[in-house]
Amino acid sequence: MARPARRGGGYWVYLIPSLVLFLVVIVVPFAMNVTTSFTRWSGVGTPTWVGLGNYAKLLRDERFWASFQHNVGLIVAMAVVPTIIGLVLAAALFDYIGRRFGTRTASALRAAYYLPQVLPVAVAGVVWGWMLHPSYGAVNQIFGLKVNWLGDSDIALATVMAVMVWFQLGYPVVIFMAGLQRADPALHEAAEIDGASWWRRFWHITIPQIRPEIFVVLLTCTIAALKVFGPIFVLTRGGPGSATMVPSYFSYLNFFQKADVGYGSAIATVLALIIVVVTFLFLRLQERDS
Amino acid sequence: MRTLRAPGGPPGRWAVLAALVVLAVVMLFPFVIVTLNAIKSPAEYSSGGPLSLPQGVYLDGIVEFWQRVDFGRKLWNSFLISGTVALAAVVLSVLNAYAIGIGRVRGRLWILVFFLVANTLPQEALVYPLYYLAKQAGLYDSTLAVIVIFTVIQAAFGTYLLSAVLGQFPREILEAAALDGAGRWRTLWRIVVPISRPTLSVLVIFFFIWTWNEFFLPLIFLISNDNQTVPVALGVLQGDKMMDATMSSASALLGIVPAVAFFLIFQRTLTRGITVGAVK
Repeated sequence: MARPARRGGGYWVYLIPSLVLFLVVIVVPFAMNVTTSFTRWSGVGTPTWVGLGNYAKLLRDERFWASFQHNVGLIVAMAVVPTIIGLVLAAALFDYIGRRFGTRTASALRAAYYLPQVLPVAVAGVVWGWMLHPSYGAVNQIFGLKVNWLGDSDIALATVMAVMVWFQLGYPVVIFMAGLQRADPALHEAAEIDGASWWRRFWHITIPQIRPEIFVVLLTCTIAALKVFGPIFVLTRGGPGSATMVPSYFSYLNFFQKADVGYGSAIATVLALIIVVVTFLFLRLQERDS
Repeated sequence: MRTLRAPGGPPGRWAVLAALVVLAVVMLFPFVIVTLNAIKSPAEYSSGGPLSLPQGVYLDGIVEFWQRVDFGRKLWNSFLISGTVALAAVVLSVLNAYAIGIGRVRGRLWILVFFLVANTLPQEALVYPLYYLAKQAGLYDSTLAVIVIFTVIQAAFGTYLLSAVLGQFPREILEAAALDGAGRWRTLWRIVVPISRPTLSVLVIFFFIWTWNEFFLPLIFLISNDNQTVPVALGVLQGDKMMDATMSSASALLGIVPAVAFFLIFQRTLTRGITVGAVK
C-alpha cells in the first residue's frame, strides 16, 4: 500500500467526480449557450444557423445598450458608493467609536449596518416592494407623499439604486473593519503624535493599509452588480417600459417569455464575457499593486 | 487611556456617534416597519398608518399567508436543498482540494483558473441549456436538478478557497501518516478532514446560506408550488393584487425571520468567515 508517492501521480482520481459534474453542469451548457447564440431558435424544433446575426442585432438594439447603462448605475450603487461610504464608516467605527465609546458600541453599529446583507436579495426586494407601494406603502404614508417610486420611469432606476445601496452597504463595512484589525496600530499612533488630523490619517494610512480588501470588495460587488437579477425581477421586472432593464433580466425575458432563445443566448454570452474580462482585469491590477 | 488626553472628549465625538446611530436607525428601519405592520389588522393599518403601534398582536395576516402559500412546505424545500448542497459541495471541494493542495497534481494552476472561471460565469449563460437538458432528463421542476447544479457552483468556490488552505497543511503530519502505512484515502478522511474541520464548518454554513438565498435558478427550475423555495415563493407573490398592506408585510417578515435567525445562530462563524473569503 505505502508505495513512495509518485509526486502528484495518483491524486488525479480525486478530481474525477468534479470533472464529470463540471462537464455536465458548466462546460457543456456554456458551450451549448455559445452555440445557440449563433442561431435563431424558439426552444422547440431545429435551430436555424444565423451566424453573427444575433450579435449584429444586439449592436442595433437600444434596449440592450440601455440595459448596460442601467448596469453601470447599479455598479455605482452596489460597488462604488458602498465602498466609499464603507471606508468612512469602517474607519470611524474602528478608530473613533471603538476607542472613545468601546468596541461593543462599534460592534453593535456594525451589526446594524450588516443586517440587510443577511437577507436573500429577493426578500430584500419584497421588503422594499411593500415599503414603496404607491398606494399603501409605508414610505408614502409616513411622509405624506404620492410618489410612484417604482412605477415612474424617471425615478425607478434611482429608487432601485437606493435600495441596493441599503442592501450592500454592510458588506464593505465588515470586510474593511477586519482589514483594519490586521493593520499595524503603531503607524496610526505615530501619525497621531505627529499631529496628523483624522482625515489625513484616514487618507494616508488607513486606505493604503487595506488596499487588498478594497480590491476584493470592488471586484465582488462589481460582479454582483453585473449579474443582478433578483431585485429587478421582484421590484420592477425591468420596467416601467425598460427603465430598469438589465442584461440578466433581458436575457431571461428572451429565453422564457419571448421564446427568442438565440438572442437571449447572445446577451448571456456577452454578459459572461464582460464578467470574465472584468475579473481578470481586477486580478491583474491587484497583482501589479502588490 | 487615550481619552485622558481630552477629558470628557471634544463635543464633536457625540456628533459623530449621533450621525452613526442615525444611519443605523435608517438601516434597521425597514425591519422595524415590516415587523410592526405584520402584526396589525388591515383596519388598524388603514386608520393608524404604518408608524402607529399595534394594539395587540394580530396574527391572522401571517397565518393566512402561511396557509395560502403552504409556507411550511417552502421552508422544508429550502432547508432540504440548502442542507444537501452544503454537505455535498464541501465533500466535492475537499476531494478537489486534496488533489490540488496536498497532491499538487500537475497543471493545478490551470485547474484552479478553471474553477475560478466556473465560479464567476453568470448563471444566465448556463440557464437555458440546463433547463433544456433537465427537461430531456425528466429532472425539470425537481429539487434534485437544483441540488446538483448548486453543488457544482458552490464547490467551484470551495475548491478555490480550500486548495489554498490545504496547500499550507503541515507536511510532517502527512509523512507521519504515510510512515504508519495509511493510504491516501485513509489519510484524507482520518487526518486531513478532522484537522481542517474549522474551515470546513465555515464552508458548510456559507454554502447553506448562499444556497438558501439563491433566486434565479430556483425561479426557473422549481415552478410547481410543491417545490418552490422561500425566496421564490415570496418573490413571485410580491405585488400580487390579492395581498393587502398587512399581508404583504407579513410575507416580508416570513422571509426575514429565517435569514436573521441563521445570522444570529452562526454569527461568530460568519463574521470570521466573511473575511476568510476576502483575504484568501
